[in-house]
Amino acid sequence: MADFETPEMKEVLSTPKLSRGATEHVSPYVAKPDHQEKLGFPGELVENFEEVAINKMGDLLGKYRGFRVFLDSCVKCGACTDKCHYYLGTTDAKNMPVARQDLLRSVYRRYFTFSGKYFPKLVGARDLTKEVLDEWHTYFHQCSQCRRCSVFCPYGIDTAEISMAAREILDSVGHGQKYCNEIIGKVFKIGNNLGLPEPALADTLEGLEEEIKDDTGVDVKLPLDQEGAEVLLITPSADFFAEPHIDGLIGYAKVFHAAGISWTMSSYASEAANFGMFIGSYENMRRISRRIRKAALDLGVKRIVFGECGHAWRVAYSFLNTLAGPWDFLDPKYPVPQHMLELTHSLIQEGKLNLDKSQNDHIKPTFHDSCNVARASRMGNKPGGQFEIPRAVIKSVCNNYVDMEPGTTHEATFCCGGGGGLLTDDLMEIRVKGALPRMEAYKKVVENNGVTNLVAICAICKAQFTKVMPYYGYGMDSIMSAHQLVSNAIVLPGQGEETAEPVEASEA
Amino acid sequence: MSSVSVVYALLFYFATAVLVAGVVRKIVQYAKTPAPLKIPTTPAPVTQGGVVYRMAKEVVLFSSLFKSNKWIWIFGWMFHFALLLVLLRHLRYFTDPIWGWVALIQPFGKYAAFAMIIGLAGLWARRIVVDRVRYISSPSDHLMLALLLGIGVSGSLMTYVDHTDIVMVKAFFTGLMVFDVNSLPTDGLLLVHLALVVALMIVFPFSKLLHVPGLFFSPTRNQVDNPREKRHVAPWAAKLDAQED
Ligand code: SF4
Ligand code: SF4
Repeated sequence: MADFETPEMKEVLSTPKLSRGATEHVSPYVAKPDHQEKLGFPGELVENFEEVAINKMGDLLGKYRGFRVFLDSCVKCGACTDKCHYYLGTTDAKNMPVARQDLLRSVYRRYFTFSGKYFPKLVGARDLTKEVLDEWHTYFHQCSQCRRCSVFCPYGIDTAEISMAAREILDSVGHGQKYCNEIIGKVFKIGNNLGLPEPALADTLEGLEEEIKDDTGVDVKLPLDQEGAEVLLITPSADFFAEPHIDGLIGYAKVFHAAGISWTMSSYASEAANFGMFIGSYENMRRISRRIRKAALDLGVKRIVFGECGHAWRVAYSFLNTLAGPWDFLDPKYPVPQHMLELTHSLIQEGKLNLDKSQNDHIKPTFHDSCNVARASRMGNKPGGQFEIPRAVIKSVCNNYVDMEPGTTHEATFCCGGGGGLLTDDLMEIRVKGALPRMEAYKKVVENNGVTNLVAICAICKAQFTKVMPYYGYGMDSIMSAHQLVSNAIVLPGQGEETAEPVEASEA
Repeated sequence: MSSVSVVYALLFYFATAVLVAGVVRKIVQYAKTPAPLKIPTTPAPVTQGGVVYRMAKEVVLFSSLFKSNKWIWIFGWMFHFALLLVLLRHLRYFTDPIWGWVALIQPFGKYAAFAMIIGLAGLWARRIVVDRVRYISSPSDHLMLALLLGIGVSGSLMTYVDHTDIVMVKAFFTGLMVFDVNSLPTDGLLLVHLALVVALMIVFPFSKLLHVPGLFFSPTRNQVDNPREKRHVAPWAAKLDAQED
C-alpha cells in the first residue's frame, strides 16, 4: 500500500522506546510563490532569512504572552514526553512535545536570552540556519496542534502555540507549507477550501434534496443564500461532497426541517474550516472569519450555527467573537455561534424531534472526541459539555453506545492524526502512524464490545479516518458523522405517509 | 572582621539585586504582553473564582502533573514542598525575635531537608535513567539539580553533623539587612552552602526557574472560558478593527 510500514497495534497507552530520526524524511511540500503571495507572505525564501525570522520571532514574543511564557517556563520534567500520538506512533524523539518545542526554544534562547547568548552549549541554544528552518518545516508539520501535551504539562505549555508561531515565522521568510496556504488562497478567492463555486454548490445541494426526497418521501430543503432566514449554517465544505460528511449535512437539514427552523447556507462564507489558525496567522484567520460576519449581515439572519468540525469549532467558539464580533445584531437569546449538536440536543430535550432509535440497531458506535472540541472549546453552559452533549445526542438516537478506554477520550483524547494542516497526501506516513493510539483504543472496543463504528464530529477526523482506517484493517466506512446517526433515527413530519405533503410553511 | 565576610556580604547584596530586578523585569514583561486569543485548555472554569481554584490546585497540588506521571509528581511535589518548609525554617536567621510559627515548624523544617534531597535525587535519577527524559536534558538541567542538591546536602550536614556557629550566622544576616557587615564563621561547609545559594539566586531570572512566575501567567491555565459571552480583544488586535471600520 505504501513505502512505509503501518505500526503494529499494541496495548492501549503503551510507551515505545525512542529512536532518532525515524520520520525526519517526512516533510510536506513547500508552498509555491503564488500560494504565498496571496496571503501576504514573500514568494520564496528571502535571502536575509535569519534576520527576518528573528525579527518575526521578536514581534510574536511581544504579541503573544503564551508564546513567551511557554518558551521560558519549561523545566524539562518530561511529563509530556509520552503524550503525543506522533511520538507514540513514530518513536521519533523530536516528536516528543518538549523536544518539538526545543527546536524553536533553542533559537529563542540564542537570540533573546542572556544564557543563550553567552553560554549556548550549556543551555542548548543554537543559531538559526537553513538546516534549522528545514527541521522546523519537517517537525512543526508533524504536530497536529491537538493540545494533548498541554493538558498534561504542569504549566499548561501548549506545543500547538509553538507550532503555530513556528509556521508563522516560516511563512514570513517565504518558506510556507503548500497544503494550508493553497487552501487559504481558495477561501479568499471562492469562499471555501475546495474551491467550489456558487453554481456547483447550488447543484450539489439540489442533488441532496432529491436524495432525501427519494429516501423519505419528504421535501426537505437545503437552502443557499436565502435572505431573511433565521439561521445561517456554516459548515465545513467537505460536508458538501465527501463521505461520511455528507450524511451529517443531510442530518442537519432534517433537524432544521423537523423543528421548523428556517435556515440557509451562504455561498460567500461556504466554509467553516479556518486554516488561518493552523499557520498561526491572526490576520489570515481574521480575514476568513470576517467573511462569516459579512454573510450574516448580508443575509439578515438572527443566529449562526456551525456544523461538525473540530478546529472550525475552536475558531468559532473561542475566537469568532474576538475576530469578527461583536454580534449585537443577532438574536441575544442564543449563543453566538451555536454548535449544531447544541441545537439538536436542545431540540431533543424539548421533545421537538420524533426519533426512532431502532433505526440504528445495526450499529454499535463509539465516539471519537475531536481534539479541538475537547481541549479548546465547549458546548452548552457547563465545562465538559463538549463531552456530554455529543454523547447525549448519540445515546438518544442509538441504543448501543460504548465508550473507549479512559485516558484516550474526553480531555485526554487522541488526535485522529490528520489535524492541524496535515491532511495531505505528502504527509500520509505521519498520518497513518499518528493514528496508532486511537486505533489501539478502537481495536479494544471492537474486540471486547463488538463496536462496529467510530463516530466523529470533525470534517478532518472523518476524512483522515476514511483514509487511514484501512491501513489498520478496518473498512473506510467504519467512520460516521454524529448527525448521520441522527439522520437515520429521525422521523420527519409526514414521513411514511403515502402522499407526503411538505408541512413546513416557513421553509418555502 | 575577615575579608571573607566582606566578600560574602557583597555577594549577597549583588545576588539579591539580580534576583529581585530580574524577576520583577520578567513579571512586568509577562504582564504587559497581551494574550490576544482565548486559549484555556478546556474543560476550563467559566468564572474568575473557578480560575483561582484551578490555579490553586496547580500551585499547591501540581494537579496536571498528577494526571500526567505519578513518579515525576511524587518526586517533584516532595522536593518543592520540602523546599518551602526549609525556606520558611530559615526565616529564623533573619528575624529577631523568631516568629512563633517559624519556631513551630522548626522540627518539620529540619526533616524536610531529607525529603528535599530524596525528591531531587529521584528527579535526577529519572533524568539519567529514562531515555526520553535523558534526551531532552541539556547540561544546564543537570547543573541545576547539582546546585540544589549541593545546597540541600551542605545544609543538612551542618544541621546534623558539623554544626556551625549559628549565632554568628544570624548576626551576619540580620546585620546585612540594616547594611551592617558582621563577621561570618569561616568553616568550609557554611561557605559552600552560602556560595551555592548565591549562585542559585543569580541564575534564577535567567533560567528555567522562571517557571515560578511563568505558571501564574500561563494563558492555558489562567483564562476564564467565556469567549461567547464576553468579547476579548487585545489592544494590537483592536487596531486592526479600527483600521477597517
Ligand atoms: S511537561 Fe511541560 S514543563 Fe515538562 S517537559 Fe513537557 S513542556 Fe516542559
Ligand atoms: S499539540 Fe498534539 S501533536 Fe502537537 S506536540 Fe502536542 S500532543 Fe503532539
